[in-house]
Amino acid sequence: MLMLQNITKVFFKDKPNEINALDDFSLTIHQGDFLTVVGANGSGKSTLLNVISGSEMIDGGKLLLNEKSIEAFPDYKRSKWIARVFQNPLQGTASELSILDNFRLASLRGQSKTLKIGVDEKFKTRVKEHLNLLGMGLENKINQPMGGLSGGQRQALTMLMTVMSEVKVLLLDEPTAALDPRSANKVMELADQLIQEYKLTVVFITHNMKEATNYGDRLIQMSHGKLKRDLGKKGKKELKPQDLYEWFNED
Amino acid sequence: MDFYLAAVLQALCFTPMCLGIYITLKVFNFPDITTDGSYTLGAVICALGMSNGLPLVLTVPAILVGGALAGISTALIHTKLKVNALLSGILMMTALYSVNLSLMGRSNIPLLGKQSFFSLSLVSDTDLNIFLITLIIILLLIAGLNYLLKSDFGLAMRATGNNEVMIRSLGVNTGSIKIIGLAITNSLVALSGALVAQFQGFTDINMGIGIVISGLGSVMIAETVIRLFRIERMIMNLCCIVIGVCLFQLVLAFTLSIGIDANLLKLLTSCFVLLIVALPNSKWFKFLNAK
Repeated sequence: MLMLQNITKVFFKDKPNEINALDDFSLTIHQGDFLTVVGANGSGKSTLLNVISGSEMIDGGKLLLNEKSIEAFPDYKRSKWIARVFQNPLQGTASELSILDNFRLASLRGQSKTLKIGVDEKFKTRVKEHLNLLGMGLENKINQPMGGLSGGQRQALTMLMTVMSEVKVLLLDEPTAALDPRSANKVMELADQLIQEYKLTVVFITHNMKEATNYGDRLIQMSHGKLKRDLGKKGKKELKPQDLYEWFNED
Repeated sequence: MDFYLAAVLQALCFTPMCLGIYITLKVFNFPDITTDGSYTLGAVICALGMSNGLPLVLTVPAILVGGALAGISTALIHTKLKVNALLSGILMMTALYSVNLSLMGRSNIPLLGKQSFFSLSLVSDTDLNIFLITLIIILLLIAGLNYLLKSDFGLAMRATGNNEVMIRSLGVNTGSIKIIGLAITNSLVALSGALVAQFQGFTDINMGIGIVISGLGSVMIAETVIRLFRIERMIMNLCCIVIGVCLFQLVLAFTLSIGIDANLLKLLTSCFVLLIVALPNSKWFKFLNAK
């Protein structure tokens, strides 16, 4: 489904601090994969997501989505198929816009924004139905600005907003890193539920070893811009958080 | 009394510009100083149209297109050449001074006795007539802008100023949104320039100097009113702009009426704007910030 072929991404090229963030990196992600990515800081995890989403352009290699080459598309064009949840919970939603307006924009992902007034009763009902899933009581606060909500709530809403339109790939960039344990659990449970319900293909970066072992059906470890380990469903099931700690010590 | 009436009428002529500044500053989060140039450009196009006997149906679109082109140029400099927003505006504003001067051919064009917006007579009283005509224009603009900001496109505009990362990740080319946005706001500014030129009866090459400051001041007053009364609805926010401009012009009229040298007007304007900007942030006025 999503194929990365011999991708290179170099920062500060030809300078003393040159970094090979992705070094001849190849990876095939299949339809319905829930891929967990672990690796030390600077191993290229975030660059991997940036390269897939298009916020960074690759220096070499090929990027194919359903056999279609997408490496030349800017981020806003790829977002029709690729949704992203950021590490910073404030980044995924517009704080001054209401919950309803945020959802409206999310439902128009990758479509042109016309001069039509799109927020009608039908749309409100649809948003309320989605919000019901959260059980946070937000369905009665749809006109409140996003800025008044907590980071956990906003991250959960960002997650929920990704399924307002038909996306193919969901990129999760340490979505719970800035949240307290309870909110983090809630957001991950919601993610898991949505991923199964909507059969999304997911790339999930995490530094949380418990999350890494609990979620996903495939796990890769990255190191210095290269793929170091790739565990399938079976291998991942047998994996314990201790094993992961040991992997990190190898680096 | 006439003095204050004139101030209100002038304020109404300034209102389209302040609506434009409000949108660039508050909705787009883009400090656009093209204003100084596009304001004069509107007045210049208006003067050329009027003195060459061009009918209003053609002059008005020309004014709007002129302003829009100025805005588009600034936005292109900013988005395509990656020049800082303030600097893009300053570059455009400076360039427009020469453009305006060559369009006019001289530094001042009188417009008295020419066919203008205000030639349309709704009532016999001249001042009341101007008041009504500008009010109608403003109401139309507010209705239009309110619709625009509520539409799907408007939501994308508002999100562009609020969280660019988010809206790009939702598939919006923020570059083109900025281009369209600045085109709209600068055509409003140009319209304002044209209104003022007709109101005062001449177009002058220097009439735009520092105009962005009085626009900013008006928007800041409006912001304070909005905060004070915790207004959330977009249409009410836009109406507060009208209040902001009127208050601003009335304060200036008052300072002039107590006999302050007119040469000090720009200094006073700056001090007044500074006061408005600084007050809500000072600890004595905490209550304005209470959310």
